[in-house]
Amino acid sequence: MTDVAAAVAKKFPSASPRPSLDCPAWNVPAVDAIALLRSLRNESGYDMLVDVTAIDWSAEKSPRFTVVWHLYSTTAHSYVRLASDCASAADPVMPSATGLWPAANWHERETFDMFGIKFSGHPDLRRILMWDTYPYFPLRKEFPLAGIPTDLPDPDIAAGMKAKVIVAPMAGGPFVATPGEPMSDAEPRAKDESWNEGRPKA
Amino acid sequence: MANEFSFPDTAAKAANLPKEFETEKMSLSMGPSHPSTHGVLRIQFELDGEVVTKADPVVGYLHRGDEKIAENMTYNQFVPYTDRLDYLAPLANNAAYAMAVERLAKLEVPPRCQAIRVLTSEMARVSAHLMGLGAYGIDVGAWTVFMYTFTEREKLYTLFEKLTGARFTTSYSRIGGVARDLPPGWLEEVGAFCDQFLPILDEILALLTRNKIFLDRSVGVGVISKEDAIAYGLSGPNLRGSGVALDLRKDRPYSGYEQYDFDIAVGSTGDCYDRYLVRGEEMKQSIRIIRQVIAKMPGGDWFARDARKIFAPPKDKVLTSMEELINNFMIVTEGPQMPAGEVYFEAENPKGTLGFYIVSMGGGVPYRLKIRSPSFCNLSILPKLCVGHMVSDVVSILGSLDFVMGECDR
Repeated sequence: MTDVAAAVAKKFPSASPRPSLDCPAWNVPAVDAIALLRSLRNESGYDMLVDVTAIDWSAEKSPRFTVVWHLYSTTAHSYVRLASDCASAADPVMPSATGLWPAANWHERETFDMFGIKFSGHPDLRRILMWDTYPYFPLRKEFPLAGIPTDLPDPDIAAGMKAKVIVAPMAGGPFVATPGEPMSDAEPRAKDESWNEGRPKA
Repeated sequence: MANEFSFPDTAAKAANLPKEFETEKMSLSMGPSHPSTHGVLRIQFELDGEVVTKADPVVGYLHRGDEKIAENMTYNQFVPYTDRLDYLAPLANNAAYAMAVERLAKLEVPPRCQAIRVLTSEMARVSAHLMGLGAYGIDVGAWTVFMYTFTEREKLYTLFEKLTGARFTTSYSRIGGVARDLPPGWLEEVGAFCDQFLPILDEILALLTRNKIFLDRSVGVGVISKEDAIAYGLSGPNLRGSGVALDLRKDRPYSGYEQYDFDIAVGSTGDCYDRYLVRGEEMKQSIRIIRQVIAKMPGGDWFARDARKIFAPPKDKVLTSMEELINNFMIVTEGPQMPAGEVYFEAENPKGTLGFYIVSMGGGVPYRLKIRSPSFCNLSILPKLCVGHMVSDVVSILGSLDFVMGECDR
């Protein structure tokens, strides 16, 4: 474990250790991300890309998006985590790892689908879970849990049915108290206004 | 598990067809409601006659936004959603999720809770593999297998029902423990199930292992090389079928797996037949583990008693003590209190390694929860795997990959 940390510190002075509760982790500038991934794969034995995802730190924060990679070593049986911030919040871009692992293909498509982060050099960056014409990025923090009304994927069917993708009924949810508020407001039941005709519905 | 048989590779055979059979390319959409796609997978094919020249899987028909939902509820409230990931092995998902959150809290659960989780996860593995095997049998034309495996699976579901109150959506884990202790006499029933199951399992496997039709459909079909399996991030029986002896229960033992003796089943060629053999053997190993757990089942607490801000107190205490009532109220409304930080935990589930990446800002709600689902990764190899095969071989490949769309699409 320490070998990896020493090797990364020596070869990549730009990478800084990242606080982590389990495996070794680094923050790395986007320009060095692929080189560090390659070095971890070729020299440190982290031969399996198990996960690529992103975190949205919300619109007020800068940098807003962080892409996170998890690698696993099939010989040393350990994980490492790599994180890299996207420079721009309006047009987040990250170099693609598809040249190193074909596994990155779908993971990056999913990250693009959910966060709108473009992976430069990705051969086929299409949406994967949502349909191709879907206009939003659902895992961004400003996207509401209930969803946003949208047109159905197929315009012919939409015209025929005169239907849209509608907002999910929340019935006052989510049923979680926010810590720090006065308990009369924080209690989930207080947020569910459907039982209380006296208060305006949220 | 060497192959004693040598059958011509159907893909190579198909590619070497005489030129006069070459046809115009045809586009074919298979799924999302095709019986062999096991749920709502759609594959957009480009075909040259019967031979696949291009395959583009279209996933997401079952996308429910589980990760978004997780950001809006407490850690315990998310447990039922984990049932619906790999809905053929909810008990294993429950345990994997609870263990991931406990890593975040740096919480050790008592040995009895660990043993219960191992026991339920292995039972879930047997039931998931029974389903996978039966469905694979149907895919390649062996109906009887399904009848046998479903009968056995039903017995397991009866046991699940006795334990959790539900057959499918068990929601058995809590952060820091399990929902309730084992009912009296239940372990003996599990033991009795194991005793009668092994001879039946041999019978089930005997229906396929030397079955000429099954061999024709599976041997040499959908070969995944070791290198490809690792590069595509495959996991579970699909990875081990390709000869990579990677099993997190052995490599990074969690929940006390290091106490139990079991072997990792590994294939040799990485074809559909090897993946089938690996699943068959894994069930036997699971039974081995289950028997050891029953023999060693420790007594004592089945939840982390000292984790007062995480595991809700027992109901009888809640109704009689003011402090416990307040504590219960806080855990239910604000969630189990976690420190800030991030963890990534993977567990060896029936379909592969199910991973949870949790980013916490503290408090009872995750800031970000990413589910790394094995079926999603296992399916990502399809565009490479299907090319050169006949459409009927694709059915066999899909059956052998044994994926669940609930988990793939999340």
